[in-house]
Amino acid sequence: MAEREQIRKPAPNERENETADSPSASERGEELKAELDDLLDEIDEVLETNAEDFVKSYIQKGGQ
Amino acid sequence: MAIAKTFGIETEYGIVHRGTDDPNPITASSLLINSFLASEGYKPDARSDVIAWDFIDETPGADARGFSPLGALPPEVETHLVNAVLRNGARYYVDHAHPEMSTPEVADPRSAVLYDRAGELIIQRSMAAAAALLPAGQELVLYKNNSDGKGNSYGTHENYLVSRDTPFGRIVRHCTAHFVTRQIFTGAGKVGAELPGQRTDEVHYQLTQRADFFEEEVGLETTLKRPIINTRDEPHADARKYRRLHVIVGDANPSQVATFLKVGTTALVLAMVEDDLIPHDFEFASPVASMRHVSHDLTLREGLPLADGSTITALEVQWELLDLAKEYVDRHGTDATGGEATHEVLRRWEQVLAGLERDPMELADQLDWVAKFRLLEGYRERHGLAWSDAKLRAMDIQYTDMRPDKGLAWRVGLEQLVTDAEAIAAISEPPADTRAYFRGRCIDTFPDQVVAANWDSLVFDVGSDALRRVPMMEPMRGTRAHVGTLFDECESAAELLRRLGT
Repeated sequence: MAEREQIRKPAPNERENETADSPSASERGEELKAELDDLLDEIDEVLETNAEDFVKSYIQKGGQ
Repeated sequence: MAIAKTFGIETEYGIVHRGTDDPNPITASSLLINSFLASEGYKPDARSDVIAWDFIDETPGADARGFSPLGALPPEVETHLVNAVLRNGARYYVDHAHPEMSTPEVADPRSAVLYDRAGELIIQRSMAAAAALLPAGQELVLYKNNSDGKGNSYGTHENYLVSRDTPFGRIVRHCTAHFVTRQIFTGAGKVGAELPGQRTDEVHYQLTQRADFFEEEVGLETTLKRPIINTRDEPHADARKYRRLHVIVGDANPSQVATFLKVGTTALVLAMVEDDLIPHDFEFASPVASMRHVSHDLTLREGLPLADGSTITALEVQWELLDLAKEYVDRHGTDATGGEATHEVLRRWEQVLAGLERDPMELADQLDWVAKFRLLEGYRERHGLAWSDAKLRAMDIQYTDMRPDKGLAWRVGLEQLVTDAEAIAAISEPPADTRAYFRGRCIDTFPDQVVAANWDSLVFDVGSDALRRVPMMEPMRGTRAHVGTLFDECESAAELLRRLGT
């Protein structure tokens, strides 16, 4: 394993610094969280009304 | 030398006929496809209402290892079912009780995304066209997933053109490592676990739809005892120069980023395999067990046992393949892997691995398994549900509901790499840079003279003597650059054939 560690360059920690600090990443994170909250607010209107029956009846023939 | 990759993706969709007590998936799939063809003005034909698929060159039983083990089952070719060739060069047909969409051959990973997206839009148009024909209260609903959650799976396959000179054993060795570990970004996510034919409750959520269904390391089957490396040796091209690697381990991805990376990274790995530039072997002690292990490990941190007794994580394998791929592109360029788009593959590959290492939830707009997990986890917390709750299993299925207003994948904010305007154009226009261009333009321009088509030939009836077959054994010929002006200049199929010199 030591040998494999040496092969990997740069180390993951160094890589993280390349992209971690970008402000757009955290903004996008906030945006995504807000979108998720909105979706969770309205999701019951979209979801199958009887989840149990729907799951039971979703049967497919095997394919490739 | 690595050859320029030609790519294609085949997707078997799940299908539900709602509002009837007696659903038949084959009839429903036929109705779906025929409704689309009729609504888009495809030519009616006495046999199957459309330009028929020509099975003459189909040999799915051919085995890349050069032999078929005793008891191996070659896949069946079902010749009596609906089977159409579209103006964009795609094949749209009924296979194993599912509608299946095979994209036209494309020459770069972004085009693979574009034609996969065009396929989704064709499915949506087909559902609308079928609804107009069905009695009130009935509807066909399609799902872009790979499992019914009860042990039944159906596939999403990728195809890559590789050089016949490449020893198959080398492909097996390196592709196995990639296929086992790429699941960390290709997975579409699944609630629970299955063994073939049955459901188990040992896993709450896993990265992929498909990993549970692989039982062998190498083999010819695609429907039973599925192997990680499928040996079907049916190049649909000059078999002396090419083989087609038929990859059956992938998930259907609503995420365009996942599709892009799935195809783009695999093309890079294959180019490196062809040029024999992968110096180390990641020989897993048990590839099949590791495949499931990766899929079931949401921490992405568990070590996978290698044959030499050490362990490695999926992320470590992927980082190393990425490093090798960067070096490969620096030294050999991007000719073999789809040109410019390769740089975008490398950039996104690195970004996604870094995100997975830090916190996978950062990638909720990139990867299906993360987007689905975050949605289910959010819903679960809000309502205090156990993972075994039917609501979560319903949401899992509904993630890939192809109705734009019902499918959760279309609403979770996944990044799009192609616009819908581009994808709408790709419903009727073939890629310009593969032989699909010739196929698609012929179907569009001379629908009455093309009597049959398949991947590597077209058959014309121009009213004279015998039927004329035009072979297309080179996937990168028949492009717009080669034959575009012919279509502008030729008044008839007969003239086209004359100018082609057949």
